[in-house]
This record gives sequence, structure tokens and C-alpha cells, in this order.
Amino acid sequence: MSGRAEAIVTLRGVGRDYPGGVAALRDVDLDIDRGEMVAVVGPSGSGKSTMLNVMGTLDRPTTGKSVIDGFEVAGLSDRELSALRAHRIGFVFQQFHLAPGVPALDNVADGLLYTGASLRQRRERAARALERVGLGHRSTHRPHELSGGEQQRTAIARAVVGEPSLLLADEPTGALDSHAGESLMRLLTELNESGTTIVVITHERQVAAYLPRQVSMLDGQVVGDRTAVGA
Amino acid sequence: MTTALRPGRLSLRDVLRVGGHGLRARPLRVVLSALGIAIGIAAMVAVVGISTSSRAELNRLLDALGTNLLTAGPGSTLFGEEATLPNDAVAMVGRIGLVESVSATGKIADAKVYRSDKIPPAQSGGIATLAARTDLPDVVGATVASGTWLNDATAQYPAVVLGAKAAEHLGIAAAGPDMQIWLGGQWVTVVGILNPVPLAPELDQASLVGWQAGRRYLGFDGSPTTIYTRTHPDKVETVRGVLAATVNPAQPNEVEVSRPSDALAAQAAADVTFTGLLLGLGAVALLVGGIGVANTMVISVLERRAEIGLRRSLGATRGQIRVQFLAEALLLSALGGGSGVLLGSAVTAVYASLQGWPTVVPAWVIGGGIAATLVIGALAGLYPAIRAARLAPTEALATT
Repeated sequence: MSGRAEAIVTLRGVGRDYPGGVAALRDVDLDIDRGEMVAVVGPSGSGKSTMLNVMGTLDRPTTGKSVIDGFEVAGLSDRELSALRAHRIGFVFQQFHLAPGVPALDNVADGLLYTGASLRQRRERAARALERVGLGHRSTHRPHELSGGEQQRTAIARAVVGEPSLLLADEPTGALDSHAGESLMRLLTELNESGTTIVVITHERQVAAYLPRQVSMLDGQVVGDRTAVGA
Repeated sequence: MTTALRPGRLSLRDVLRVGGHGLRARPLRVVLSALGIAIGIAAMVAVVGISTSSRAELNRLLDALGTNLLTAGPGSTLFGEEATLPNDAVAMVGRIGLVESVSATGKIADAKVYRSDKIPPAQSGGIATLAARTDLPDVVGATVASGTWLNDATAQYPAVVLGAKAAEHLGIAAAGPDMQIWLGGQWVTVVGILNPVPLAPELDQASLVGWQAGRRYLGFDGSPTTIYTRTHPDKVETVRGVLAATVNPAQPNEVEVSRPSDALAAQAAADVTFTGLLLGLGAVALLVGGIGVANTMVISVLERRAEIGLRRSLGATRGQIRVQFLAEALLLSALGGGSGVLLGSAVTAVYASLQGWPTVVPAWVIGGGIAATLVIGALAGLYPAIRAARLAPTEALATT
């Protein structure tokens, strides 16, 4: 265990090379504390998605040290990483990744599928999570019956149903119109205010401007880290 | 934050839910690939079911007919000529202690049968005329379809009872005092028509006259050509051993002894080879069905990379992804196997009821069919499942 007690993400000299000599991340140092809400901004190809994968333990750094919620990733087996993701990390993707033909409630309940909770518990908690994102009345609807914004809210409910320490959102507003995107960012802010640490990956400056802290990336490196005054 | 990281276990119910989820999303593809398995299993179940039902029918028939009937007839002499049996052979057989009843027929070679005296002599139609003792039906288990069997009175006079096929051949549907046929150069009244006799099919093609009538009107020499005898059911082989010597003590080698129920059983045994061939065809169909399932699963894994990535991000271990796809393949083939068993049983039931047989589908074939599909499902699903589990989560998510 290393890193500060209040840190949830600690990256030290993290690099990620892909076969063919592409360095998606180079020597990244980053600390994110509990309760923070951070935007990682950069153009496409800047390495921000790789950063999200490393923070979410979907990918292991080739060099450097990554400590997530107190666990050093390099020392964990695939099974242990899976358990870490199941219990402590929530993901939101640009394309929502909802199961077609499955009611919103069960889509959200699947967020707890790999935690060992029983089906009844999963559904009860899923109903609460849907309430929390303002979709309590939509729980029996299937994804195609929901608007894009509602689908992304459902995906957020699935990500937070297990009350993760860390919520990672990859271009969450990328597939939404500006109105739906704005309301989604408000939802994420509310979730952050109730205690969830949130990292949003985006290439849109307006979206990033919503968030109190902005980490800028370019060519696999962190080139800026700005915290808004008063945040 | 030093608690151990241990992945949650999926309950069996969850494994089935997750496996079934992939199937529900693509119903047409599921139906088509399950169909391959279903056809293979249905073919195997139906082949085994039909042959078992046919054997059950044979056993029922043999139970009803009895397996204790023996027949003795003349074979050939050492010089290759047709042998004859002594006239007192029937009485001799009757003296064997273990014999319960005995009867006989004797062939009347020159008595040809015609519908009327207008038919040219060459068109005799192959109907044999046999002189029969009046106790024949009791011994061979023959029953009368129309009219009566010969009694002590009609056995003395030109009266005839026709076998089922002989009557059909002559176009005679019912016996009666006015119904006459041209037999051995004279008009003879048809007093009865027999039902088919399974243990003595030679009677079906015959016209039967009384023993005395044969001697008096048709030039019968009184020598029996087939002796029918019922023995004590447990002593059939004993009687069989002594029958030839009893029938013709002087030349026992000229007597042919047989057990008609054996012929029926041998016929059933001949079907086994054919059943084996059909079973092999069913197995090939099953194999092809299995390849269909493997193909479906491989495509399914390719198409569902995003889902695999999502599940990994939700915390699924590699093992849980593997189990999911394996469960899907098993469900798919179990679906095919289950409907195959139902289909095969239905085919058996329909076929058996059309034949008037009892429907028998042995439990081992149902169990074996289901087990075979599960093995095939596991084999077909293993490789795709391993591929799905090996997929790196980032790679899986990056594809959409």
C-alpha cells in the first residue's frame, strides 16, 4: 500500500507502450483525492482513454506504478483486478453499452452481477439507483424506448449502483445533444456532491469547464493541471 | 483498505440467466442452430424408439401366440428325393409325454384350386390344397374370419376352409352354402375363411379340406406333410430333440423340425443391422448440428466483443466470461436436444400407432440423447468460450 491515505488514484511515472512502438502514455504522474471531480481533457490520440483504462485497471501500465483505491495494480492477479472493478470502480461509456431488449432495471442490476449479491438485492439496489438518476418511472422500459440522455442516465445508474469509490466516465456526453449533455453533467455533479469521486474523460472544453479540476493531456503526457478557484 | 479482493461467485441461476440472455437476443439464429442438433437427436430417438416398439410388438405377439409350437415335415432322402412321413406319425408324436397337443396337414399334390370350372387349368394361382385334421386350429392358434372350421361332419364331405390370402386371391369375402370353388375337378363348398395365422403362414395360402374327404374325393394318400405340436413351454427343446426320431423312427434324418416363433424372432434380429445404419446417420446429423453450434458461438463471440468488454469492466473474471459462453452453448444444444427427444418420441408414437404397435421409447435413449447433446454443447462451446475469456478488456471495448 502506498500513496496518501486520501488519494484514490496515484500514478507515478506511468507509461503504456503498445506493440509497434506506440507510447500511449509517457511518464505520467497524477494524484486524485477522494471526493474530487476531475476532467481529463485532450484531443483524440492524446492518451486520455489509455489513462482511463489504466485508472480503471482494464489495462496495466508497462512502466511506473499505479495505485487504485489503495491497491497497487502491478501486484494483483486478473481475478483480483476483476474484484476491484466489481466492488470499487464504476464505468460509463460514450456508447452506453446497455443490453438491448433488457429493461432498464435489469440493465442497472447487472452492475452488481459480479459482486456476489443475490438477484433480489441487485434489483432492489437497482431501483434505488434509478431513482437517484431520476429514472424511477422508467425502470420497465427497454433501452430503445429511452432517449439518448435517459440511456446514459441508465448507464450511470449501473455504474453507481455498487456505490463505487471511483466513477470513470469516457466521453459520457459524446453521443448526446448539448441539452441532454448539460443535464447529464449536472447529474454527475450531484453524484460527486454526495461523495463519489468522478473522473470524466472528454475532448470538449465546455464539458471540462464544468468541472472543478482539469487535467490536460497531449501526446501521452500531462501538460496541464488546473484547479478552479473556489472549488 | 487492506481487505482481500475476492471476486463474487455467480450462482447457478445467474449463470443460466446470463447464458440465456445471449440466446434471447437472437432467437432466429438460436432456432436454426438448435434445429441441427434437434434433427440428429430426433433421428436417433426415432430409430431406436421404432425398433424397440417393433420388438415390443413381437414380444407381445409371441406371448399371445406362444413359443411352444414345433413343426415337423419331410425333408429329403439321402438320394435327394422328397421324403414322406409315415402315416402313423401323428399318433406317435401324441404319445410323447411332454406333448400337449398335436395336429397335422397333408399336401394333396394334384388337387388344384380355381374360382370356377371356366378358368384355364394353367391359372391355378399357387393355392395349395391341404388335408387338415379337425384339431388344427387349436394347435396353431388359427381363428375363423367367416363361416366355421371343419367339424367331424364337414370333414367327411367336399367342404373347404380357405386361408386368408387364398380367399383374397380367389375374391371370396364370406363363406356360405352357395359359395363354391372348383377344387381337384369338382365343386366344393367354402364353409369357412381363416384369419391370418402368424405362426403357420403356410396356411394363409392354402385351401383346407377334411382328412377323410381328402382321401375319399381327392386322392390323398394319408401321409402327413406338416405335423404341428404344442409342448410343455419349458420342455420345447427336449421335445425338439426327440421329435424327428418319433415322427420317423426308421429315417429320422429325413425329418425337418422347426420352431416357427424362432423365424419371427430372426426376422426382428435382421432389422438390427438396418437400425445400426440409421443410428449412424443420426450420429452424423448430430455431429453436423454440433458444428453448427460451434459456428454460432464463434460468431457470437466476435459480435459481442463490446458486451465482453463491458462485463469485464463490471468486474467479471475471465472464468466468469468463459462460463457464460459455455453455458450459452450448453443451453443452445440442450434446447436442440430436448426438442429432438420430443420430436423423436412423437415420430415413434405416430409410427407405432399407425402400425398398431405399443409405443416404447427406452429411458436410456432419452438419457443418452440429452447426455450426447450436453457433451456436444460443451465441446462446441469450449473454444469460443476460451477465446472470449482471453480477450483483453480494452481491446473488447475499443471495437465499437
